[in-house]
Amino acid sequence: MTDYPADSILVLLETTPNGELATSAAGLLGAASRIGTPVALAVVAAGQAQAVAEQAAATGAGRVLVVETDSMQLTVPHVDALAAAAAVVAPDAVLISNSIDGRDIAGRFAARASAPIAVDAIGVSRDDEGIVAHHSVYGGAYNVDSAATFGLLVVTVRQGAVDARAEAQPVAFESLDVSASGAASAAIDSVEAVTETSSRPELRGATRVVSGGRGLGSAEKFALVEELADALGAAVGASRAAVDAGYIPASYQVGQTGVSVSPQLYIALGISGAIQHRTGMQTAKHIVAVNKDPDAPIFEVADFGVVGDVFTVVPQLISALAERKR
Amino acid sequence: MKIIVLVKEVPDTYGERKLDLETGLADRAASEAVLDEIGERALEVALAYADSHDDAEVVVMSMAAERAAATIRKGLAMGAASAVHITDPGLAGADLGLTARTLAAAIRRTGFDLVITGNLSTDGGGGVIPAMLAELLDVPNATALSSVEIAAGTVSGTRSVDGGTLHVSAQLPAVVSITEALPDARFPNFKGIMAAKKKPFETLAAADLGIEPNDLSVAMSIMTAIAEKPPRAAGVKITDGGDGGTRIAEFLIENRLV
Ligand SMILES: Cc1cc2nc3c(=O)[nH]c(=O)nc-3n(C[C@H](O)[C@H](O)[C@H](O)COP(=O)(O)OP(=O)(O)OC[C@H]3O[C@@H](n4cnc5c(N)ncnc54)[C@H](O)[C@@H]3O)c2cc1C
Ligand SMILES: Nc1ncnc2c1ncn2[C@@H]1O[C@H](COP(=O)(O)O)[C@@H](O)[C@H]1O
Repeated sequence: MTDYPADSILVLLETTPNGELATSAAGLLGAASRIGTPVALAVVAAGQAQAVAEQAAATGAGRVLVVETDSMQLTVPHVDALAAAAAVVAPDAVLISNSIDGRDIAGRFAARASAPIAVDAIGVSRDDEGIVAHHSVYGGAYNVDSAATFGLLVVTVRQGAVDARAEAQPVAFESLDVSASGAASAAIDSVEAVTETSSRPELRGATRVVSGGRGLGSAEKFALVEELADALGAAVGASRAAVDAGYIPASYQVGQTGVSVSPQLYIALGISGAIQHRTGMQTAKHIVAVNKDPDAPIFEVADFGVVGDVFTVVPQLISALAERKR
Repeated sequence: MKIIVLVKEVPDTYGERKLDLETGLADRAASEAVLDEIGERALEVALAYADSHDDAEVVVMSMAAERAAATIRKGLAMGAASAVHITDPGLAGADLGLTARTLAAAIRRTGFDLVITGNLSTDGGGGVIPAMLAELLDVPNATALSSVEIAAGTVSGTRSVDGGTLHVSAQLPAVVSITEALPDARFPNFKGIMAAKKKPFETLAAADLGIEPNDLSVAMSIMTAIAEKPPRAAGVKITDGGDGGTRIAEFLIENRLV
């Protein structure tokens, strides 16, 4: 095995259920390239090494370690692969996406390696003493830095938080030998890939978001949110109350227990602005709110608020935008 | 079947949450403390199973400051058979590694077939504790479940991840975490509150679990800086006088957002 630079940063690349490189890879490699030499690790289905390595190289991975496996075990194969990669690369940090799968892999790996873990970082840097993880907590009300007292730091990176991108690299991959730990694991019995039928931008990382709340009143009327989103080329989001009421699936929830967004523009329609919702959106550059209650807390963070009925204000806004396009 | 439910006391998010700028820890005095809603839902999963299975025993467990005892007791009032409270001044400000090692030691000591946790705690938790526990206990992890079926010897459920929905299953013993898609918890009734007073409530210190909180030979995560950001200021608020939509369009144009 070849030598790895002393400043190596091991990046776990995620793949989608369809075997494509996940969008989180670009931010992870971008972040890694700012603090050291990225070395990527991809755990893929048999026969996909070449394809994933090519996508990874285009995204900035100069070296890719690939593990091909058809295992239907949850989490553990990735942790075993990470342990094997960390043993050969001896990285200063391991960067993993703060996705549901990423958190599990990071948690199990950190416990196995007895390494400190920094979760939901919005960035990383390096100082004289090593790697520092930057966090934005309590809905962006505080900035906090964390670091390891010594040794390897495992970091999960918030999706869409890192703008830095690494330059494309020539394709260079090698397969990594992994001996299975035999650690107990859950089995994946079936996978149903979500086929994105929508041409709308993805919520996470979107530059514009239009969200609707309970104020929309029904699933049918929630279409108004989608209509405005389409007029603006924006992603659609929702409050938990809108999700609970069945207007829209849970994956659209913005907030503390949903997706955190930081777009250029966030439009909140019929959303009261409970702290749990604001936590996920108040770092947006511009916030517009429409709510018929003048005392709704959403107005405390809105740059432009309209006290009014969404069913009169929004259609007017949509036609004003259409007018302008003509 | 012994089910341990991990619950946590968190600052009530309906109020304002503050971090102490000296210590970097949650300023518990600044807001009221409550049982984390996601932990209550986890407890509901266990209690619903126990409702129809006489052999099920539900234990609530928490690692928290001494004053959290009253909040943990709510779990007993809701129907758990016993509680384990790990509290120790040395554990204040524990990083995720120390938290996981301590909880794992307590879980092992209590004995378990199934551990149920929330997927993410409300107080800015990282959502990694369940997986860390699974590794330390050498059992499967099945996390972020939006439905759970507990059967003799197995647990299974569905889990929505980016790009797809999985059905997963694991042999017991196992650690699972659940999402807020699962039902809201029951309220403790008067009978439950009275019964709770007589239920076993065990209080453990780090030393009881063989945990040395200040072991500097173990690498830890430390907070190196903390800063409060100025709160966002409210902007313009108008009352719709028939031109609200047009005014928003103007705002968007002025700010080059369209
Ligand atoms: C642990 C925990 C985690 C949570 N996590 C999240 C989270 O991640 N995301 C989240 O969003 N919430 C979360 N919540 C829930 C949160 O507290 C609120 O209950 C929720 O955000 C409210 O959603 P809403 O604003 O749509 O509904 P409501 O609070 O009911 O507000 C509806 C608003 O619509 C307005 N309205 C009604 N009709 C109209 C109309 N025709 N035109 C204009 N305005 C109208 C009303 O004036 C009202 O302000 C969480 C809660 C807890 C306890
Ligand atoms: N100190 C703790 N005591 C008990 N349970 C905890 C503790 N910390 C985390 N948990 C459990 O782990 C879940 C996820 O927490 P976290 O990893 O902090 O987001 C929570 O919902 C709890 O069930």
